[in-house]
Amino acid sequence: MSTIINDETIDNISILAQLTLSGEEKEQAKKDMGRMLDYIDKLNELDTTDVKPMTQVFPMDNVFRDDIVATAQGEASIEAPALDDADARPEILQGAPAAKGNFFSVPRTVE
Amino acid sequence: MREYETVIGLEVHVELATKTKIFCGCSTAFGGAPNTQTCPVCTGMPGSLPVLNRQVVEYALAVGLATNCQVNQYCRFDRKNYFYPDNPQNYQISQLYLPICHDGFVEIDTSQGTKKVGIHEIHMEEDAGKLIHDEWEDCSLVDYNRSGVPLIEIVSDPDMRNAEEVIAYLEKLRLLIQYLGASDCKLQEGSMRADVNLSVRVAGTEGLGTRTEMKNLNSFKAIARAIDGERARQIELLEEGKGVVQQTRRWDDNKEYSYAMRSKEDARDYRYFPEPDLVCVHISDEWIERVRKAQPEFRDQKKRRYREEYGIPDYDIEMLTGSKHLADLFEATVALGSPPKKVSNWLMVETMRLLKEKEMDVEEIRFEPKHLAALIEMVQKGKINSSVAKEVFAEMFERDVDPCAYVEEKGLGANGDEEELEGLLKSVLAKNPQSVEDYRNGKKKAYGFLVGQVMKATAGKADPGTVNRLLGKLL
Amino acid sequence: MNELLRLSAVQLASLIRTGEVRAKEALDAVFQEIDEKEESLHCYVTIDREGAYAQASALQEKIDRKKEAGPLAGVPIAVKDNICTQGLRTTCSSKILEHFIPPYTAEAVLRLRQAGGILIGKANMDEFAMGSTTETSYFGATHNPYDLGRVPGGSSGGSAAAVAAGESFAALGSDTGGSIRQPASFCGVVGMKPTYGTVSRYGLVAYGSSLDQIGPLTKNVEDCAVLLEAISSYDRKDSTSVARTDTDFPAALLEGLHGMRIGIPRDYFGEGLDPEVASAVREAADVLKAQGASLEEFDLSLVDYAIPAYYTIASAEASSNLERFDGVKYGYRARDCEDLHQMYKKTRTEGFGPEVKRRILLGTFVLSSGYYDAYYLKALRVKALIKRAFNQAFSRFDCILGPVAPSTAPLLGESLADPLKMYLGDIYTIAANLAGLPAISVPCGKDSKGLPIGFQLTADCFQEKKLLRAAYQYEKATACACGGEAFRKGGAL
Repeated sequence: MSTIINDETIDNISILAQLTLSGEEKEQAKKDMGRMLDYIDKLNELDTTDVKPMTQVFPMDNVFRDDIVATAQGEASIEAPALDDADARPEILQGAPAAKGNFFSVPRTVE
Repeated sequence: MREYETVIGLEVHVELATKTKIFCGCSTAFGGAPNTQTCPVCTGMPGSLPVLNRQVVEYALAVGLATNCQVNQYCRFDRKNYFYPDNPQNYQISQLYLPICHDGFVEIDTSQGTKKVGIHEIHMEEDAGKLIHDEWEDCSLVDYNRSGVPLIEIVSDPDMRNAEEVIAYLEKLRLLIQYLGASDCKLQEGSMRADVNLSVRVAGTEGLGTRTEMKNLNSFKAIARAIDGERARQIELLEEGKGVVQQTRRWDDNKEYSYAMRSKEDARDYRYFPEPDLVCVHISDEWIERVRKAQPEFRDQKKRRYREEYGIPDYDIEMLTGSKHLADLFEATVALGSPPKKVSNWLMVETMRLLKEKEMDVEEIRFEPKHLAALIEMVQKGKINSSVAKEVFAEMFERDVDPCAYVEEKGLGANGDEEELEGLLKSVLAKNPQSVEDYRNGKKKAYGFLVGQVMKATAGKADPGTVNRLLGKLL
Repeated sequence: MNELLRLSAVQLASLIRTGEVRAKEALDAVFQEIDEKEESLHCYVTIDREGAYAQASALQEKIDRKKEAGPLAGVPIAVKDNICTQGLRTTCSSKILEHFIPPYTAEAVLRLRQAGGILIGKANMDEFAMGSTTETSYFGATHNPYDLGRVPGGSSGGSAAAVAAGESFAALGSDTGGSIRQPASFCGVVGMKPTYGTVSRYGLVAYGSSLDQIGPLTKNVEDCAVLLEAISSYDRKDSTSVARTDTDFPAALLEGLHGMRIGIPRDYFGEGLDPEVASAVREAADVLKAQGASLEEFDLSLVDYAIPAYYTIASAEASSNLERFDGVKYGYRARDCEDLHQMYKKTRTEGFGPEVKRRILLGTFVLSSGYYDAYYLKALRVKALIKRAFNQAFSRFDCILGPVAPSTAPLLGESLADPLKMYLGDIYTIAANLAGLPAISVPCGKDSKGLPIGFQLTADCFQEKKLLRAAYQYEKATACACGGEAFRKGGAL
């Protein structure tokens, strides 16, 4: 069944996963995935016609929060800090690879 | 050219009016500095986990029941995977396999009569953050304050055929949801967003043509224009013998044209699968019953009741019930003892005039029913005259002042009470015996003179009606 | 070796509480051990001396003022590096999180601190917990304290090796398919994966969300019970957290084994199991029998299907869980990217190692349009069957006993060449994760090369006490409590 892993499949999967594979890596990935899927195909030996897919191991339901505002993270910085005053940024931005003012910054998105 | 029929289905996103986000306790309030209304959950920090806001289920269920839907009593969330910077986890928590509601309908009124539009499903999901394009530095900036704000997506069946029906459907949804208090549904501000799925087919044929999805429609007018524009574009393609490509298009309302979004790099395969970090939502019969019982009186019922109960004209009824906020204001004021027609007049005339003047929305009316009731009472009792009343109302509209206190403070009262006015009248009559005599001899002009003297003595604050009544009595 | 290091965590805490040992002395001993051995073992990604001493002095002050200091008072503890610690970098042993400093602390670590535990550092692991050897760590492999040429197991290999080598008194690991139990077995320490939902996952960087659980790695069973009690909690921040009232785990140590029914799956002792491991495990069973338990062999069934079901589900969830590592909000971002898509691709391609990519690709595939039903849903159906098989087994038995891994620790570099073969090593541990069951790995001797062997006990959901009871009676009977043993008995170093 490993025939399903052709170049097109690998290309499509790597686009979806946002990974770039070199030619060599692609060949290896095809091989690895093909082998793994052959192995997973073992599951088809089992008749699961009337078995419902199990998404949770316990029958738990209705875990909710009340609609109450939690301590406002970054309340102290409700006032916008001066641009590029890194220390004044909300904590959530402290580890950002790139930030501008109070924003995360990313390369321009193509529209 | 052949004749074509347009087939339209809508995907409507509505931001729910919860205080907090769908999966964390961050505030949903507008206006915070960028990224200040965020936490590890709504910025997709490693190790953070979502917990569902109960109120989101309450609202979604209420909208489902109001649109005659079936309820999936065991519903669940799924992950929709796609990379985009406004989506901090690069998956959106949504519902695909078991949405909370399905198979409902609403009835819309159009020039062709009443029509049913099917609701395919309603599901709950989280909103994305906001992307701002920085032209100067050629980068994009991300603000996650809106990330995780709860949405419901209402997916209609492809039952609409033209812009009129689409707008009637949207109006219907908007009112239902506003009446439920589940959202303020403002298209301009994005708390209600409509994506239009449109295809055309040769009139009289069955089956559906290839459809496109149009986004970025933020007013009813834009929606109407986009429908006409896209219909024309598709017909032109078909007439030229070209096919319509299934794609998502972005409507540019200035250029009145839609553009294909997304390139190949965005190849979409959302790889939905059940969200393992959340457990199933079980909606019991009792829960459904409770929400059903709590449903408000919707517009159609309200219209009927207003006709019977208040005896006000249909035109007034149409206007008043056009907004839940306005109808609530009306009913609350009437409940305080004010005559319905008087209340209606204030709302229909002065209120509408001021809204228009200040470019405000009905939902932004701030004054309290008790203040309107007090104002109406003062006018009725002759404590202020109608021109003063308008002045006071304008203040009320602006700052929700207490009209009694305001009149007192500014000395706008019709010179105190009737007794005082009567005393004043008596002294005016006593000072002008000739005019009294003339009036009694049938000279009507003399009456006008006497009224004028009274108004002069009160510096114009006396209520003319009261003056007339008292004068008639004394003469 | 400092005498203090011979103590168990519970013994140490009791001496610190009574004031016989100062919290600082315990830290001094551990850090001295780290200084001596860390270069050859590499158990840690980050060591936090400053933070540890600060915690210890705060705790000491509490003790000096006769305040309650907790069951783990002053016990130095290592935490696997996929568990978030505010202000202390948490890397998941990945380049993509090399400099990530979390803005919050995981619930389990907060609980540990409440119990008096002192966090001394972040333990090395397989990148994002994907691997069985700790060799996929971006920061380099951890070495087995019993044989430096061998792996410590994985993915919680740093945690297991640290406890075995005396570089820590106890550790937290995480277990998605055996990642606590297998390294515990390879390093001769006790390791437990609790029932799914017992320890909050809030702050654990997710690999397979429906399978992940945090659990203890300790020198002996008593420490395991005390640590597990400390970290178990109902957490409203984790929707899959279970409100339990039976988390007084040390109470289980007081009971004997009479009446305990232990099942031994024949299907666990078939082809592929190292004979030395098989005989050590059977001997362990006999010890339990001698203590009053009844033994019975049975057919568990479906054993061969657990691995394919597991790798489908875990990879699928991982492919989604790891999407957030994209260079936007935290962590690594590739340089010189012209547009967004290039940034995503370069960042992820440069930031993730080969094993992580392998699983992301597999997971992306099994969820993709056209394959979701055939692979992902099929695996969830098989998971239901496996759960059913365990339900049947637990209607007859209190515990299931078997090996932890088919062999003892392999040589460094031996496993990564053939991923599928490495995956097959998870055959005995994976089913507990699929079915949400608690399972414990207990040392039961060594093979002819002097490498530790562990046996595994698995119980029905919420039956950790049965596991602890049996494990403790075994340990008492054999005096096989092993912490730090590698070094005491003239091990590798």
